[in-house]
Amino acid sequence: MMPGNFVTTRVQDVCNWARRYSLWPMPFGTACCALEFMSIVSGRFDISRFGAEVVRFSPRQADLLLVMGTVTLKQAPILKRIYDQMPEPKWVVAYGACASSGGFYDNYHTVQGIDSIIPVDVYVPGCPPRPEQLFEAIIEIQEGILKRKRV
Amino acid sequence: MAAEQMDMLKEEIGDGVIETSSFRGDETALIKRSDWKRAARILKERCGMDMFIDLCAADYPDRDERFEVVLHLRSTNKDKRFRLKARCASRDPSIESLSDIYSGANWFEREAYDLFGIEFKGHPNMKRILCHHEFEGHPLRKDYPKERRGTIPTPQTLMDEMESGETRETRETRRE
Repeated sequence: MMPGNFVTTRVQDVCNWARRYSLWPMPFGTACCALEFMSIVSGRFDISRFGAEVVRFSPRQADLLLVMGTVTLKQAPILKRIYDQMPEPKWVVAYGACASSGGFYDNYHTVQGIDSIIPVDVYVPGCPPRPEQLFEAIIEIQEGILKRKRV
Repeated sequence: MAAEQMDMLKEEIGDGVIETSSFRGDETALIKRSDWKRAARILKERCGMDMFIDLCAADYPDRDERFEVVLHLRSTNKDKRFRLKARCASRDPSIESLSDIYSGANWFEREAYDLFGIEFKGHPNMKRILCHHEFEGHPLRKDYPKERRGTIPTPQTLMDEMESGETRETRETRRE
């Protein structure tokens, strides 16, 4: 370290570091998994410990889409549009069995996994998953952000 | 103990009542399809069955008249329940709409249409309510293949679902 207190880094690293701890989630809650989200954002589990507590209900202000619950075929175009409205860069978590694979709704009206509509970064298994599992997913995404090469 | 509602219904539509039963004070009547709307009107206007509870359908593939439409009514004054049933064959799955008698029947009839393909004649907005607009078939029919999976539809506007489905004209006529 030279006198005068400065460090050298790269622009992409600074951006990644900043993005990492300021994910703005947008909940797309369609079923019981969304109730887990309530406890995730509340004091007991507290998503703000991971810097992702600024929940936005407009996709235009969010960069982390949390799909929590069963997505029906009728909802599929709506989910796609919400994803398209989010500004880049953006990440998607499929929270729970239904969002990841259709779950036990292996039937005529349910999307068999949201990855048939939008790209998914992290799948969280469980019915519903524990809140800690979403933290694990967020940490996964944060580590992924650190490795991003483009700003 | 025969209920007064049942007596009145038998008196009014006579042979139209095919079969009746009673279980712990809840009356059930199976009637001819042609008397469906008349019976509902009698029950509402003369028997005090003022509350619409439920309307659904059932599929019995072995019967000649395969589909059964079931209407549940309740009297809030007399605390009585009444179940009205009518059957229709698969070559003509249709029945009169009750949505101008019980406005609550509107969405229930659309549901029965969506899932069983029963057409309710005179309904102001006879289209699917649960499945999307490009859905093919009627999934609660017993012959709907259980392994058949749907397709993702093109976007549809759902704004008309924000209203009850009746047009402005029918709403104004009802108010008068």
